[in-house]
Amino acid sequence: MDDMMLLTFLATLVGAAWRLATPLIFASIGEVFSERAGVLNIGLEGTMLVGAFCGFAAASATGNIPLGLLAGVAGGMLFGLVFAFFTITIKADQIVVGAALNLLGMGLTAFLFRTYYVSTGKGIDIAQPVHIPWLSDLPFLGEAFFRQNLIVYSTILAAILATLVLYRTSFGLTLRAVGEHPKAVDVAGRSVPGYRYAAVLVGTGFAGLGGAFLTLGHSNQFVEGMTSGRGFIALAVVVFARWSPIGAFFVSLLFGLFYALQLMLQAQASIVVPYQVLQALPYIMTIITLVVFRGKGAAPSKLGQPYEMR
Amino acid sequence: MAEINQGVRETVNSQATHAFTHTLSRAAISALTPIAAVLVALAFGAALLSLNGFNGSDVVTVMVFGSFQDMRSVGEILLKATPLILIGAGLCVAFRCSIWNIGAEGQLYVGAIAATLVGTSIDGLSVWVHAPLVMLAGALAGAAWAGIAGYLKVRFQASEIVTTIMLNYIALILTSYLVTGPMRDASAAYPQSARLVREAWTPRLVTDLRLHIGILVALVLAVGLYIFLRRSSRGFALRVVGLNPHAARYAGMNVARNVMIAICISGAMAGLAGAFEVAGVTRRLYQNISPGYGFEGIAVALLAGNNPLAAILSGGLFATLRSGSEVLQITSQVPQVLVLVIQGIVILSVVAFAKLRDVLRIVA
Repeated sequence: MDDMMLLTFLATLVGAAWRLATPLIFASIGEVFSERAGVLNIGLEGTMLVGAFCGFAAASATGNIPLGLLAGVAGGMLFGLVFAFFTITIKADQIVVGAALNLLGMGLTAFLFRTYYVSTGKGIDIAQPVHIPWLSDLPFLGEAFFRQNLIVYSTILAAILATLVLYRTSFGLTLRAVGEHPKAVDVAGRSVPGYRYAAVLVGTGFAGLGGAFLTLGHSNQFVEGMTSGRGFIALAVVVFARWSPIGAFFVSLLFGLFYALQLMLQAQASIVVPYQVLQALPYIMTIITLVVFRGKGAAPSKLGQPYEMR
Repeated sequence: MAEINQGVRETVNSQATHAFTHTLSRAAISALTPIAAVLVALAFGAALLSLNGFNGSDVVTVMVFGSFQDMRSVGEILLKATPLILIGAGLCVAFRCSIWNIGAEGQLYVGAIAATLVGTSIDGLSVWVHAPLVMLAGALAGAAWAGIAGYLKVRFQASEIVTTIMLNYIALILTSYLVTGPMRDASAAYPQSARLVREAWTPRLVTDLRLHIGILVALVLAVGLYIFLRRSSRGFALRVVGLNPHAARYAGMNVARNVMIAICISGAMAGLAGAFEVAGVTRRLYQNISPGYGFEGIAVALLAGNNPLAAILSGGLFATLRSGSEVLQITSQVPQVLVLVIQGIVILSVVAFAKLRDVLRIVA
């Protein structure tokens, strides 16, 4: 009987891990694009908040979840446009601009939420798990893998698509070259700023989608600062994943596991450690990740540097 | 002979005058940048208010001038300016060394925890010993917390941006654990620590205001850090490391040591700010002692152009805006988080105007 309980626990854990990893998967795959082109966007946290808020606002106005997701992506990209303008066109320091956008994302979303929504307290209908005949009813495996909503399933598609675009298309090849040898791209007659804009927009669009998942596929409410560091954790995920989309998928899953473990162990009455220790787990693991998987070997060589055209 | 002397003197004089006006115009331009940035941010805030059904002009009338009503409200502004100047001036040192310490909020909390421990566990000391001891504990704890990120950077090349932010969350969670667990005052309904003994309190500046001597400490330290950066050889080394670590290494400077010193100074200042919040304002530790001073300090330092002396002014300005946003929330129900938006726009405008200035300089 104990084995049965353990299996049930594990099945629920894996299912929750994938759900909780979803915002990280989107944000880190997006950041892979951005960083591969040489742009480090530490404004991901604010961008995800904007995505979460836009998704929530659009879905509560229309009741349409796909439209909400689209609004989240659009909100993220709009924020990305500001980031791109300052870091690529004006060539301002990427870290300073990212820090400003985090403040702005936090402030704007909290301001608008308090002005229009906080008193209503109304939630929205979120994406429901899809029932896959036979698979969803499998013992344990069904709970672990086949009772998710479509947004969670689409993370697989996102990872595969991102890999194909990055490694199998001319766009992806040029984009990676922009992060390694921008001068070569320039000499070949392609626009370095153009590719960097594209990379940042792809990155922030994904971050917006990750944020929107929080309000449309996870909790049914917007909460101020609800990303609680996921944008920063995504930055560490990218390092651990060695700037690969498939890697970002699996590393995010690992972090999702930490989140899930934290939530599920908190619910267990028999656990003796204070719940704060579990709460701190994703943050502590992020630091450990950075220390253990260090080495700049795989980092784009021009990461964080503006490109000066001659 | 006299004529030649006269001629030489005139030439020297005119060169001096020229150099003087040049310095003056450069100073004027560098002073204009932050002023213009603040104006743009206020305009953005006003637009945001009017677009959402509030009164846009409130940004100027209430946020900027609304909090100067009497001695008490000015005292409250200076009380808010204290942590902002401390943290902002400290971050100037880190940023000058190109260390992106985003973790001042966590360092503030750890400083507050240490100050509370020292302020509640010892009894019977004179105020002359106990109050400074509390400040020292806060500063040391802040420096140590920042030092973790510094060590991980110099030893493992772990990005201090990510590690300091993670340490923020960990410090906040640690505080939550302490005030609900081991440090909790069992007699209090709300999770908070016991009260610091009276001798540990930061002395007040004026008896009937909350304002304490922390503001003087902040001013002295900001001037001190300015002199340190400008006049000491260590300060010079920090700046060289910030501008070009490779050149610094070739010049025989120990990059790792300079990085550690810079991040620990900024951590100590944030930790000291935390000690003052506990020993000078709240007298107890609880979960939300800081409304985000650690993050606001980043904007303070950037607006000051990473100059600790200018951080006094920008810290005062941000404190005024924060007080004003509180008044605005009470009088017109404008969400107080507006202040975050204004901070973000200030940073973006500083960046944009600085670039514009470079462009103009090249053109001229």
